[in-house]
Amino acid sequence: MPTQRQRHWVAFSTLLTREIRRFIRIWPQTLLPPAITMTLYFVIFGNLIGSRIGQMSGFDYIDYIAPGIIMMAVINNAYANVASSFFSAKFQNHIEELLIAPIPNYLILAGYVAGGAARGLLVGLIVTMVSLFFTTLPVQHLLMTLSMVILSAIMFALGGFINAIYAKSFDEIAIIPTFILTPLTYLGGIFYSIDLLPEFWQQASLFNPILYMVNAFRYGFLGVSDIPIGFAFSIIMSCISGLTAFALYLLNKGTGIRH
Amino acid sequence: MKALSIQNLTKVYDNGFKALDGINLNVEQGDFFALLGPNGAGKSTTIGIITSLVTKTGGNVTVFGIDLATNPEQAKTYLGLVPQEFNFNGFEQVKHILITQAGYYGMPAHEAEPLADKLLKQLGLWEKRSTPSRALSGGMKRRLMIARALIHEPKLLILDEPTAGVDIELRRSMWHFLEQINAQGTTIILTTHYLEEAENLCRNIAIIDQGNIVENTNMKSLLNRLDKETFILDLKAPLTEELKLDNIDINQIGPTTLEVEIKKEDAINDLFITLTEQGITVTSMKNKANRLEELFLSLVEKTVDK
Repeated sequence: MPTQRQRHWVAFSTLLTREIRRFIRIWPQTLLPPAITMTLYFVIFGNLIGSRIGQMSGFDYIDYIAPGIIMMAVINNAYANVASSFFSAKFQNHIEELLIAPIPNYLILAGYVAGGAARGLLVGLIVTMVSLFFTTLPVQHLLMTLSMVILSAIMFALGGFINAIYAKSFDEIAIIPTFILTPLTYLGGIFYSIDLLPEFWQQASLFNPILYMVNAFRYGFLGVSDIPIGFAFSIIMSCISGLTAFALYLLNKGTGIRH
Repeated sequence: MKALSIQNLTKVYDNGFKALDGINLNVEQGDFFALLGPNGAGKSTTIGIITSLVTKTGGNVTVFGIDLATNPEQAKTYLGLVPQEFNFNGFEQVKHILITQAGYYGMPAHEAEPLADKLLKQLGLWEKRSTPSRALSGGMKRRLMIARALIHEPKLLILDEPTAGVDIELRRSMWHFLEQINAQGTTIILTTHYLEEAENLCRNIAIIDQGNIVENTNMKSLLNRLDKETFILDLKAPLTEELKLDNIDINQIGPTTLEVEIKKEDAINDLFITLTEQGITVTSMKNKANRLEELFLSLVEKTVDK
């Protein structure tokens, strides 16, 4: 007779495996597009325009933007995976397979978030390999780089989950990425240092969580950041804690999934 | 032991609609139980609450003595559900669906695989094991839902209209399969619109209407309440004149077809004696309608009148 912990582990790994199998099965929609898009970023912003921009914070422009481009791919894919997978499960009603099973809500959340993070990290790895065709990508602080990319993937997977809980149509899972996530990503210091901005916009940028992720991740590669790293970590951990608590509250309440 | 006990269960939806008005229901272990009612009566809401798909407004549900509200994880391990609507991931393969569902119940893939193989063979889905579920026919999807509900070997199986839209041959083979698993000890609760199905399979019955249980008894005693039966008689030759018999209502519904209502206390022999005396030859006789259907309609009509 398996213990409760063993049953929970099997349930979690089943959900995670199903999520991974899903995004690998549809790789032309999930893994290929970011590789192509990010290659274009490196060609256009890195090689063609970057060579005319010169240096940013003491680094070649392509070296400066590479960590941000990798991070952009990670957070977009972690978010999109959970948002589309969980919403599809609601739409096709196969979320009921999970709701009737003896799985605590925190494990349902953990399974989907781990699945989203797995896609984000795999896409991040693909984009990193693509970037090596354009830059050498030195790593100054390996542990920092890895922990930041994992935490960022988790944070945006949680965001995708909450989006999917509220969504009532496929349009509603496209609205947040288009109108909130993309602007925040582009204004999150991927392509520039916030030191270049006027004082007001520098202060405004500090409200953008992506700024902290990109800077801490860039610090892992290049050893430079616009903001203190410890502060960046605490902001990200606070966001993860807040989003986890909110997602669990919605699941326990049955918002969007139980009548 | 009670497989299911429901006490004072109420459900009011957000729009104010009261779907359940304090129902009480008990199902004994090993029973084959019918939960019947017209559309919108509260059957699916009741099943939804038992299986955690719908949140209750009030009352208690226990499954094999385990309170669903205080210990949902243990209570859920006893339950299997065959829902009314197809709810698969259409892109997943048939066997993956079973093994994934077993995993959600904490059963590792190496343990689930032989069980999945056995169920797929029993339910005639073995050849389709690697097919995405969306490519299955309606009948196969119904059988896959039964296999999925049984993969973790539940003690209480709830079937919400499992044979809807299924042809007669397949329906009968599903009945046979359900009788087998019931004989092996699985308690079954069935909702259906085919009252013949409930009459043939179930030992006990509850009828729900407008959120209330209007009848809860065993099938035999319910059927014994019928005070008359209706028969259809096919005649060898058309009637030449109107036929009238004492104590028997006769209605001519075709040149060679009669509809005859006979009270339970009256002998059917009297009818044939009279017909023979008048030179009328009967070539065949059958029940007009399923007996449970008549009772069901009278019980539901009563609540509408109230």
